[in-house]
Amino acid sequence: MAEELVVPPELRRNILITTVDKLYNWARRSSLWPLTFGLACCAIEMIAASASRYDIARFGAEVFRASPRQADLMIVAGTVTHKMAPQVLRLYHQMPEPKYVIAMGSCAISGGIFNSYAVLQGVDEIIPVDVYVPGCPPRPEALLDALIKLQKKIDRQSILSVPWYRREKA
Amino acid sequence: MSEEVLQLLKEKFPEAVVEIPEGTKDPTAVIRRENIREVALFLRDEIGFNYLSFMAGVDYPERFEVVYYLYSMGREPQRSNLGPLALKVYVEDKANPSLPTVSDIWPSAFQQEQEIYDMFGITFEGHPDLRRIFMWEGFPGWPLRKDFENRTFTFQELEPTRPKPPYW
Amino acid sequence: MAVALKTQEIVLNMGPQHPSTHGVFRMVLTLEGETIVDLKPVYGYLHRGIEKLSEGRSYLQAVPITDRLDYMCALTNEFAYAVAVEKLADIKPPERAEYIRVILAEFTRILNHMMAIGFLFNDLGAYFTPVLYAFRAREHILDLFEWVSGSRMMPNYIRPGGVAGDLPEGFIPKAKKLVDHLWKFADELDTFLSENEIFLQRARGVGVLPPDVAIAYGVTGPVLRASGVKYDVRRAEPYSIYDRFDFEIPTLPNGDVYDRYMLRLLEWKQSLRILEQALEQIPDGPVSEKVPRRLRPPKGEVYGRIEAPKGELGFYLVSDGSDKPYRFKIRPTSFVNLGVLREITVGHKVADVVIILGSIDITMGEVDR
Repeated sequence: MAEELVVPPELRRNILITTVDKLYNWARRSSLWPLTFGLACCAIEMIAASASRYDIARFGAEVFRASPRQADLMIVAGTVTHKMAPQVLRLYHQMPEPKYVIAMGSCAISGGIFNSYAVLQGVDEIIPVDVYVPGCPPRPEALLDALIKLQKKIDRQSILSVPWYRREKA
Repeated sequence: MSEEVLQLLKEKFPEAVVEIPEGTKDPTAVIRRENIREVALFLRDEIGFNYLSFMAGVDYPERFEVVYYLYSMGREPQRSNLGPLALKVYVEDKANPSLPTVSDIWPSAFQQEQEIYDMFGITFEGHPDLRRIFMWEGFPGWPLRKDFENRTFTFQELEPTRPKPPYW
Repeated sequence: MAVALKTQEIVLNMGPQHPSTHGVFRMVLTLEGETIVDLKPVYGYLHRGIEKLSEGRSYLQAVPITDRLDYMCALTNEFAYAVAVEKLADIKPPERAEYIRVILAEFTRILNHMMAIGFLFNDLGAYFTPVLYAFRAREHILDLFEWVSGSRMMPNYIRPGGVAGDLPEGFIPKAKKLVDHLWKFADELDTFLSENEIFLQRARGVGVLPPDVAIAYGVTGPVLRASGVKYDVRRAEPYSIYDRFDFEIPTLPNGDVYDRYMLRLLEWKQSLRILEQALEQIPDGPVSEKVPRRLRPPKGEVYGRIEAPKGELGFYLVSDGSDKPYRFKIRPTSFVNLGVLREITVGHKVADVVIILGSIDITMGEVDR
C-alpha cells in the first residue's frame, strides 16, 4: 500500500480493506462449477475425486452441472475422437465467459497411447487449455492439485486486463 | 460333439462345404457364400445353434474372410454343451466384396454386420439398415483393411469430409 | 364426448453429452407425446481404433491396451486376453498364478456390480448418494489393487503365462478382512434399496426382456440371467480353475429392471463365496511361466472367452507366426447387449429409457473400442 490507512481500534474487527481484484478473484475461484464431461476412463477418476475420500467439495467445485450454460470449468477427461471433436467445440462455445479448461489425462493432452486414425492428438488442437494433468489415469489427488494450480492462476488475473471486459473484439 | 455336427453338415450339404481345415483349435467349416443362408437355417432350426456369438472379418492378401462363431444356449442343461462351431466364408472379390445377410436368422448379426461394413467395406445383401456406425459417411477409406496405413489425422484434415447439417 | 387430439411425432436427441448416458452414447428418439415410438442408437464417439493399433504391437505390448477397453473392470479384460493367448500358444500358467487371477477377477466382479447398482440409482434420481456409498467401498478394493500391482485403475498385471509379480506380504489376511466387510455392505445395500417403494414402482415391469428374444440377440451376462436363462461361461466352458469352486448361478424369472438389480446383488454374494474358498486354498509356488518377451505363437486362430462382469468377453486372435497378431478381434460384451435396447424400450416413456440403459450396464470403451 502507498500510505498506511489507520483504522480506529474499536472498528478493527468490522472493517476489511482489500482490492477489487482480490475480492473478485476470490469469489470466482472458490466456486468453480465443472461441466460433467467425462468421456472415457479418466471420468471414473474424476467421479472418484468428487466422492468421499478425495473430496472436491472442499475446494468449492462439488456442483457438477450438466448444462454448459451453467458451468465455468470444463474438465476434458478422456479420449477425444474425431467424431466427438465438433461436439467438444460446440460445448466450449456454449459456455459463457469466464471459462477455463483442464485437460485431464494423457489422451486429452496429446492422444495418449492411441496414435491411431480415429483419435484427435490433443484437445488443444481445437480449444485453449489452461492446466494439463498428466497420468493414465491421473490419481484423484493429481486432479485436485490441478484445481489448486488453476485457482492460483485465477488469482493472478486482474479485472483491468481480462479478455471478457475488453472493449475490442477478441 | 461338434465333430459330429461337421460330419452331418458334410453329408447334408456336400456342395456347400468347401473344406474342413485340419488342425484348428475350434471345429471349423468353410461354406460357399451362396449357401450360407440355408446352412444357417439348418444349424439354427434342426441342430439348435441359437446363439451367434460374433462375426469377424479378416483381410488376407488374396481374399476376405468372414468368420461366424456359433454356440447353443438351451434351457435344458445338456443343450448348453454344444461347443463352438466356426463357419467361415471366403469372399474372393476384393474390389466389390459382398455377402448375403444373416440378420433375420440371428438378430445379433444386425449390428455386427454394420460394423464389418464400416471397417472393411464388405456389403451385406438384404440388410435393412447398412450404414457406417463407428466412423461417419464420407470418412476416407476402410480402416481395418491392410492397405489402410495407421496414421494420425489432424482436425483440419478431416473437416471437409464431415457431413454438413442437417445430418443425423 | 371424446375429442380426438391431433399429435405429431418429434425427434429428440439424447446427445453424446448427457448426464445419464453412461459415457458418450447418443440416442435419437422418435416420440409421440412422452411415449417412444422408435430408437436409433449412434455409436462411434469413443472409437479409438484399438483393433488396428494392436496389429502393430506385440502380444505383450497389447496388454495395456486391453486394460482400457472396459475401463471399470480392467483386470477381467486382461484375464480374457491371457486365456486367449494361452489357448493359442499352448501355455499353462502355474497354480498360484491361477489362484491370484481368480481372486482379482472376483474382486473386480464385485467392484463392477457395486458401481452398476450405484449408477442405476443415480439415473433413477437418488442423486449421488448410492454412488457415494459404492465409491467408498470401491476405494477399499482399489487399495488392494494398488498394493498388488502399483496402479489403481489400469494394473497391467495379468499377462499371458501368469501374473507379473508375487503378492506382497500380508495380502491374504487383509483380503479376508475386506471380504467380511463386503458381506456386511451387501446386506446394508439390500436393506436400503430392495424394498424401496419408489424404486419398486419405477422398476417393476419396466424393460421386460423375454428369454427367446435375449438368446436371439446374443445377450449374455446378468441381463440374460435375469430373464431366466441359466448360462454362464464359467460353467458352460470352464476356463482357469473355476471347476474347483462351489458356487451357484442365480437366475430370476421376470427380466425387468428390478430383477437385473437383484441379480447383481445375488451374484455379488456368490463371488464372495468363491473368494472365501480361493483365499483358503491358495498354494505357494512360482507365479509365471517362462514366456519370451517377443512371444511367437504358432500359426492358427483361436477364440478364448471368459465370463466378464458384464457378460461374455472374448478375443479372436489370428496369428501368422510372427510376434504381432495378424487380426485382433474383440468380442465386445456391451456392444452386443446394446443390440436389444430398441426392442425393450419401444412403448415406454422417456424417463424409463434412462433406467433401462442403466440396468443393461454398458461401458462405452467396450462398445466403441
